[in-house]
Amino acid sequence: MSNLYFLPTHEYARVEGNVAFIGISKFAAAQLGNVVYVDMPEEDDEVEAGVEFGAIESVKAASDLFSPVSGTVVEVNEALADNPRLVNEDPETNWIIKVEMSNPAELEKLLSPEAYEKVCEAEKH
Amino acid sequence: MKETCLHSRHVEMGALMSPFAGYDMPISYRGIEEEHNAVRGKVGVFDVSHMGEVLITGEQATEFVNHIFTGDVAPMVNGKVMYGMMLYDDGGVVDDLLVYKCDAHTFFLVINASNIDKDVEWIMAHTSGYNVTVNNLSEDYAQLAVQGPEAEATLKAVLGIDASALTFYTFTVPDFAAEKAPLVVSRTGYTGEDGFEIYATPAVILEYWDKLIAAGVEPCGLGCRDTLRFEAGLPLYGDELTDKITPLEAGLGMFAKVDKPEFIGRDVLVKQKAEGMRYKVVGLEIEGKAIARHGYPVLNEAGEQVGEITTGYHSITLDKNIAMALVNPQYAALDTKLQVQVRRKVFAAVVIKKRFYQPKYKN
Repeated sequence: MSNLYFLPTHEYARVEGNVAFIGISKFAAAQLGNVVYVDMPEEDDEVEAGVEFGAIESVKAASDLFSPVSGTVVEVNEALADNPRLVNEDPETNWIIKVEMSNPAELEKLLSPEAYEKVCEAEKH
Repeated sequence: MKETCLHSRHVEMGALMSPFAGYDMPISYRGIEEEHNAVRGKVGVFDVSHMGEVLITGEQATEFVNHIFTGDVAPMVNGKVMYGMMLYDDGGVVDDLLVYKCDAHTFFLVINASNIDKDVEWIMAHTSGYNVTVNNLSEDYAQLAVQGPEAEATLKAVLGIDASALTFYTFTVPDFAAEKAPLVVSRTGYTGEDGFEIYATPAVILEYWDKLIAAGVEPCGLGCRDTLRFEAGLPLYGDELTDKITPLEAGLGMFAKVDKPEFIGRDVLVKQKAEGMRYKVVGLEIEGKAIARHGYPVLNEAGEQVGEITTGYHSITLDKNIAMALVNPQYAALDTKLQVQVRRKVFAAVVIKKRFYQPKYKN
């Protein structure tokens, strides 16, 4: 069983214990092109599954970021403030926020890597 | 959805495609930043076949164009191009356009793709009393823009077109009486760089495109067309120009010849010059990394909304966060401190000149 879960809107949750590292998928990073700004919440902010928590900006447009899980933001990736292109270089290592989950059962509603792959395939056509 | 004659080329090259003005258009090929930098530093080619072309001919063509256009075309030399607008009676902008003067009886108008139907209908509705013929040639013409410091050399080497004699805003005058869509080459553009726009039949444009691409000229999409024109402070209809604001409010008063005796919308401009404007388009530099996009609120220092963003980017050439915004005129002076709301956060901004990048035209 993988510890990686996805939303159809291209955010992932990488789960370690009760903490989810949230970021955007490789597919989304490639589609966006060069990331110029990541609009992040602050530590201790609450996020809710399926609800927008920030935005990611390429040259052309701003895209909302949706949280795969509910909980409390325990850390934001400050490195992205100075170097947002880290998201392009390795989106699955360079997470955006770290969330202490309040309801891990929500993970069951998310897509597996295989199911998410199919979403990406469909979007290519 | 409509397609230009180069649509299959864009798809084959793997361009990111998106609907624009009813056409399925290329946004980028290699990437907006790479294409933007190619135009600033070397040369790039754009498919802008979606643009509209209208030919006005007849005994009273000069009088008619002067009636519907903010510029004065009577004293223009044949072979000159002039930028300006068509206005509604209330001073709002129907469209901004280029007027090419072939001679006193023949004018070639280039209009925005998104406005072709509206413009042609509006032009036709104002012909009564004038001995003129209006021909919409938008379906007959395709168009390329070759832009960048190496544009002149590229035209010569790749297309065999010697444009060295063309100065900025002039064109090779074709014979519209002999052909329906004759070749027109002008030293014009929408990037802030030297460059040319080439109007021709789809067959000719296809041939030129293939030659330019084979010669290694960077294919450029509408994505960098917007970032380039924005840096040069050039307006886009729908952003900085709309039917709700006048050219004076858009900061384009130099293109509205109010000392000309008559044109549609003139009275409102004269009144605004005397009594003041309702809005003003300004440039903003924004602190921080957030990008102010079209429609985001502009606030004064007290936090009250005093305008909104019309276009905003992280400038590729200048590496700054800048925007154009429509604000109440009391906040339009240079160095005025304002704020921009980007989603939940508010960022400090200051009014600067909207010509962010000094264009490098060849006169």
